[in-house]
This record gives sequence, C-alpha cells and structure tokens, in this order.
Amino acid sequence: MEDAIVLRDLVVDRGRRRVLHGISCAVPRGVVAGLLGPSGSGKTTLMRAVVGVQVVGGGTATVLGRPAGSADLRRRVGYLTQAPSVYADLTVRENARYFAALHGRGRADADRAIADVGLGAAAGQLVGTLSGGQRSRASLACALVGEPELIVLDEPTVGQDPVLRAELWSRFHELAASGVTLLVSSHVMDEAARCDRLLLIREGRLIADDTPDAVRAAAGVSDLDEAFLRLIRASETGAGVAAGAGGEAS
Amino acid sequence: MNPRILAVTTGRILRQLRHDRRTVALLLVVPALLLTLVYYMYADQPARSGEVSTFDRIALVMLGFFPFIVMFLVTSIAMLRERTTGTLERLLTTPLAKADLLFGYGIAFGLAGAVQAAVASALAYWLFDLDTAGGSGFVIMIAALNAVLAVALGLFCSAFARTEFQAVQFMPVVVAPQLLLCGLFVPRDEMAGWLQAISDVLPLSYAVEALQEVGAHAEPTGTMWRDVAVVAGAAVLALVLAAATLRRRSG
Ligand SMILES: Nc1ncnc2c1ncn2[C@@H]1O[C@H](COP(=O)(O)OP(=O)(O)O)[C@@H](O)[C@H]1O
Ligand SMILES: [Mg+2]
Repeated sequence: MEDAIVLRDLVVDRGRRRVLHGISCAVPRGVVAGLLGPSGSGKTTLMRAVVGVQVVGGGTATVLGRPAGSADLRRRVGYLTQAPSVYADLTVRENARYFAALHGRGRADADRAIADVGLGAAAGQLVGTLSGGQRSRASLACALVGEPELIVLDEPTVGQDPVLRAELWSRFHELAASGVTLLVSSHVMDEAARCDRLLLIREGRLIADDTPDAVRAAAGVSDLDEAFLRLIRASETGAGVAAGAGGEAS
Repeated sequence: MNPRILAVTTGRILRQLRHDRRTVALLLVVPALLLTLVYYMYADQPARSGEVSTFDRIALVMLGFFPFIVMFLVTSIAMLRERTTGTLERLLTTPLAKADLLFGYGIAFGLAGAVQAAVASALAYWLFDLDTAGGSGFVIMIAALNAVLAVALGLFCSAFARTEFQAVQFMPVVVAPQLLLCGLFVPRDEMAGWLQAISDVLPLSYAVEALQEVGAHAEPTGTMWRDVAVVAGAAVLALVLAAATLRRRSG
C-alpha cells in the first residue's frame, strides 16, 4: 500500500524567513511516527503543511495518495493544533459532539473519545474551567472523534502527568495497530523511544528518518538523546556550514 | 454546503451564546433601558397635530439600530476568537465548508437579533404606546434583517483585526457613519448632495427607510420591499466578501 505521508523537497517560508529547507521523507501506514526536534525547528510548520493549512513555497506533500489539503482528505485526516483549539465557552461534551457531528459521527462516538482521553468525569464541565492539561486532552478528543485514517498531533502530551502520558501512548499504538497512521510531534526526547519511526528535524532540515533502533545504531549509542546530539554534530560538520550560512542570510 | 453541518454549526454558536447568560441578559435589557430613556426625554414635548410624535419617529428607527450595532460587535469578537484560539484553523481541516460557518453565524446571530428586536418592540408597542401604521411583524422582520447584515459585515471586518481592541475599533468605522447618515438626524433629502451620495450607498439608509415606510403606511409598500431587497443584497455581498477573506491556507 502507498505511504500515508510523502514529502518531496518541501520548502516553506514564513514571514520573510525560510522555515523548512526542502524536506523529503515518507511515513508508512499504520505506524506511530514521531516528529522530534527542538522548539522552533519547524515541527508545527511541517504538520500544517501535511494537513493542508500551510502555504507551501516549493516541493510537494502527498497525504493518503492525494495532494495535502485536498477536499476529500478533510474527512480522512484529524489535526490537533499545538495550542488547544476547543471552545472555552462550551462543555467538553458539547465540543466533542460538535466535532463528531462535523465528521458525521454521533453522540456515542463523542462520549467514547472523551473517555479515551480520560476526561469522562469532566465531560459536563466548561472547557474554560479546565486545567491546562485537561484542556489539551479535550482538544485531543476532538481530533480523535472523527476516526480519521491519519491523525496529526502537535505536542499532544505536553503538560500531562506520566500515567496519563503512558495511557495516551498506548492508545496511539492501539490506533496504529488498527491501521491508523499517527504523526506525533514532541520536543522531549524521552517520547522518541515510544515511536515506531522517528523524524528528527533541526532548523528546518531533516537529520534522521528511521526507526529508533536504526537511529541508535547510526549514532553508535543506546540513548536516543545522546544519539540525537551526535547526529546534529555530524550534520553540522558535514553540510552544516554551508546550510547555516544560507539559513541566516535572508 | 451541507445542511447537517450548517445545522450543527448554528446550534454550536447558539449554545455558546446560551452559556453566556450575562450577555443574553444585556442583549435583552439594554434596548429596554435605552427606549425608556428616549421615552422620558421626549415625554413632555408636545406633538404637533397631524405629525408623528418625536418618540415614535426615533423609537421606530432605534428598533432597527439595536440588533445592527450589537450583532456587529458580537460577531466581530466571536469570529476574532475563532481565529486567535485556533478553532478556525482546525475547522478548516474538517469537512465543514466556508459557507457552513458563515451562514451558521448569519442564522444564529440573526435569530438572536430577531429575539432582541421582538422583545424591544413588545416593550415599545405595549408600554410606550409606539404607533405605526403598518404591522409590528414588519418592524421585527426588518430589524432581524439588520442583524443579518451586521453579522455579515462583522464576519468581513474581523478578517482585518488581529486583536479585540482592533475589532472594537471597527464599530465606529462601520456603524457610526451609517447611523449619522441614515436619515434619522437629518432627513436624507435635506442633506448636501455629496452626503446624500454617501448615504445612498450605505445599506442602513435603506433599512431605516423601510422602517419609516412601515410607520407611515398600513400596507407594505413597494418602496419597503425594494429597501428590504437592497439590505438583503448588501448582506449577501458582505458574506461573499467575508468568504473571500477566509483562506484555508495561511503563511
Ligand atoms: N506565523 C509565523 N510567521 C513567521 N514566522 C513563524 C510563524 N510561525 C512560526 N514561525 C517561525 O517558524 C519557525 C518554526 O516554527 P514552528 O514550526 O512553530 O516550530 P516548532 O513547532 O518546531 O516549535 C520558528 O522560527 C518560528 O519563529
Ligand atoms: Mg510547534
């Protein structure tokens, strides 16, 4: 089967700066792919390009076999924005039901999505009165509720306690096992080990696209944090000098 | 556009409004207080025989103003919130069509404006003896149409505001000239030519003329229907412009 996401030389400029410098990669179906990189490296921008809300300066993004942003992809792709994007003046349940209805799903689906993110007890609470972590889970419920084929999650586990984080990751793997593809971003490396595949991004360039084991092997260390550091150093001594000059010039 | 998505979007917007009890209360009480104020301002002015009393003249036009001003503000802020909280970005990745969102706002706040106009009209007719030759149903219909026009203008203007402060500034820009030139303060045919020309392209002038037609004639007149058509056309035009400002992709 074709890959869930294929990027070819994807270039994105934001403001007057180049944010993505020709990214090429492929994410197969039915995996949890981690998009890892420090803050400001371009994770959100890449995800926006995948869901089709980002103006792209060059290259192509193909999602589920169609150009990113195609109208029919809107019922097949779920997107969790980095900042929780739910209505603060509605309850958790009302939010979930609204986003469920947009995808042609019913109330039972909404209730299940709320339970899946551990918000069952707060379903009747106004989102505006939730804690930060609860609010981002409410937002997550709204991204899962349409049962999309591709789920793009921008830092879904930030601010969650360790138990909940583990639960969410096992939920992601359940979904992947059922054939759903997940692209999950994070800026903390300890989440990298939980992914089936890793995309490591730094200053708008991809420095690794492989399984966690292969990344460890390539860097020659067992710790992913350390592996990431070595790959960064390697990329800087190689193409890094010329790239750095090009990046800062404009 | 999809009728089911339009319906759930309209419902969602009304539900948000319903959770905000204080706004709903203000929506209904403020027009009543202002009508009371105007009533007592003109209570001691002798009405010249054969002419409509000053209160009747002003109150009739005010009934059209309330939904226009309030719904413009409410819509500008609501749409700005959709943009700044990211809900708009997310909505645009779902099967929702732009028209579902725009018409959802038009219907939801149009309804809210109609309720506001109905409550204010009931008060004006029953408590303050407002007298119109035509039926009160037409007054409420025109006021509701004003609300829809205001929603459409608010949706359009919110595209040019980055903050709530900026959004509020569009109120005097969009609303004040229409209030001043609509013919309430100075009859339109007594204005200087260039002011009349400006007044002619402002949709609220037609809404006010339509209300005055209801005030003066027992049966709906051709002028009233033409004015209603002009206001509806302006609302559609503003919605089309608003749709053009909604981009699925941004930088
Ligand atoms: N709307 C914007 N306009 C201009 N530059 C932006 C905008 N959004 C993000 N950027 C810049 O693009 C770069 C990548 O941002 P982002 O994709 O949000 O990174 P990440 O999600 O990895 O933290 C950053 O340098 C950021 O400052
Ligand atoms: Mg980000």
